[in-house]
Amino acid sequence: MFPAVDVCQVHKHFGSLHALDGVDLRIDQGEFFGLLGPNGAGKTTLINLLAGLALPDGGRMSIMGRDVVKQYRASRRLLGVVPQELVFDPFFSVRETLCLQSGYFGLRSNDAWIDELLHHLDLADKADTNMRRLSGGMKRRVLVAQALVHKPPVIVLDEPTAGVDVELRQTMWRFIQQLNRDGHTVLLTTHYLEEAEALCNRIAMLKRGKIVALDSTQNLLSSIAGCRVKLRLAAALPDALLPLVVEQKEGDYILELPSYEAVEPMLAELRLAGVAVQQMNLEQPDLADVFLRVVGKGES
Amino acid sequence: MLSFYTLFYKEVLRVWKVSFQTVLAPVLTALLYLLIFSHVLEQHVEVYPGVRYTAFLIPGLVMMSILQNAFANSSSSLIQSKITGNIVFVLLAPIAYWEFFAAYVLASVARGLVVGAGVYLATLWFAQPPLQFPLWIVLFAVLGSALLGSLGVVAGIWAEKFDQLAGFQNFIIMPLTFLSGVFYSIHSLPPFWQGLSRFNPFFYMIDGFRYGFFGVSDISPWFSLAVVGSCLVVLAGFTLALLRSGYKLRL
Repeated sequence: MFPAVDVCQVHKHFGSLHALDGVDLRIDQGEFFGLLGPNGAGKTTLINLLAGLALPDGGRMSIMGRDVVKQYRASRRLLGVVPQELVFDPFFSVRETLCLQSGYFGLRSNDAWIDELLHHLDLADKADTNMRRLSGGMKRRVLVAQALVHKPPVIVLDEPTAGVDVELRQTMWRFIQQLNRDGHTVLLTTHYLEEAEALCNRIAMLKRGKIVALDSTQNLLSSIAGCRVKLRLAAALPDALLPLVVEQKEGDYILELPSYEAVEPMLAELRLAGVAVQQMNLEQPDLADVFLRVVGKGES
Repeated sequence: MLSFYTLFYKEVLRVWKVSFQTVLAPVLTALLYLLIFSHVLEQHVEVYPGVRYTAFLIPGLVMMSILQNAFANSSSSLIQSKITGNIVFVLLAPIAYWEFFAAYVLASVARGLVVGAGVYLATLWFAQPPLQFPLWIVLFAVLGSALLGSLGVVAGIWAEKFDQLAGFQNFIIMPLTFLSGVFYSIHSLPPFWQGLSRFNPFFYMIDGFRYGFFGVSDISPWFSLAVVGSCLVVLAGFTLALLRSGYKLRL
């Protein structure tokens, strides 16, 4: 079975900028894959290369075994891309837009599937509205529908939920997850790390054109051992605990502990010093912590 | 094949949706030229023996409208798509570069022919030039609009801003059109300008087109056909190579 996406030693330069520096990436069919990284890391460049919107300077890429340069027509048929920019053609209505997009992909009568897309994306009552009259969130959903008109086995979503309100975001994710369950491979870039954590089974992190982390979401999360404790104390923190402090604000302290076993000795230390605990929160590491550790603070 | 047809259909639909601006406006412009030039020159100029100046002017105006609108169609559609970003929908689709070329050029031909027909019909009220060889008329109209449609594709891809495209239109297309014999026969020019006109491909398009009406031309229509045909082949080859390389479209 071909991998859904296969990227092999891909390089891309923009002038003196080495936007992609020997990227290797293999996404298997059926995965829900997250591509994360700070702005300018090369996420969109990688997606543009996969979609044929840009041409690589070196390396090979394929979608379901079809080379994106040499077999570009076959590979584009297998790929649906939701671009990051909110673009639309002001001349046409939602339905016209989707019919034209179907035609570009060689589909003559696609009305049944278009109706289904409109229904799933809550656009049915806007079908005959001109694109100009839609709100930003609705335009975004039309972009999703456009990417799906040809039922591509591989779906790429570049920041699909930017500017979409919470309710619609839920609707959209339910639909995308359904497509993933039906066998579609999904490649997602997002700035909402909690979305990536909840949805993606595997994640790659990109920094300055290189992949700096690539593992299952679970493994990435468990790579950060220990936990953080947020304390509000009646008095000052005992000196013995000071080395654990990562953040302090008035009477609130955030301590980083190497493991859960370290919680009890910490409490014993407080008891010994006679410092009462007014409030305590235990925080599990999330993807944001992993991201900051891998990609570096101050770059998110 | 359906990809090509859809893109062609999209382009035609776009023209149709703004036909007030894409068809009616150029017909009105051509009528204004006709009214002013024929009013001023009708009594003073006889280009071909026995042909009224107004009748002489009509084929030139028709061809000028065909050429300008064919150029405007592909170039403005492409630059609008590039600036608004919606060209991405075409670039993401499995459309071959030659399908892309054919769709934009044929849509330009269609717009050129519709505007040309409109100008012709609107001017019939003022004078009725004969139709000696209709096939020559159609042939030059199609080749000329394809040539300008192809040039429009090049300009639309090359230009990054509207003013660059306007520069292309004002400093290349307009001078070549006006100095091509739309309003006069090159035989009425001094020898230097006559010689220079022979390097202007627009001159051959207009002269050949006019031959279809009057059966008279400044130069053999076969020669004009060869020049226009060769220009089209060279420009189409250049445009296809540009599209194939992804120049300014696929970065």
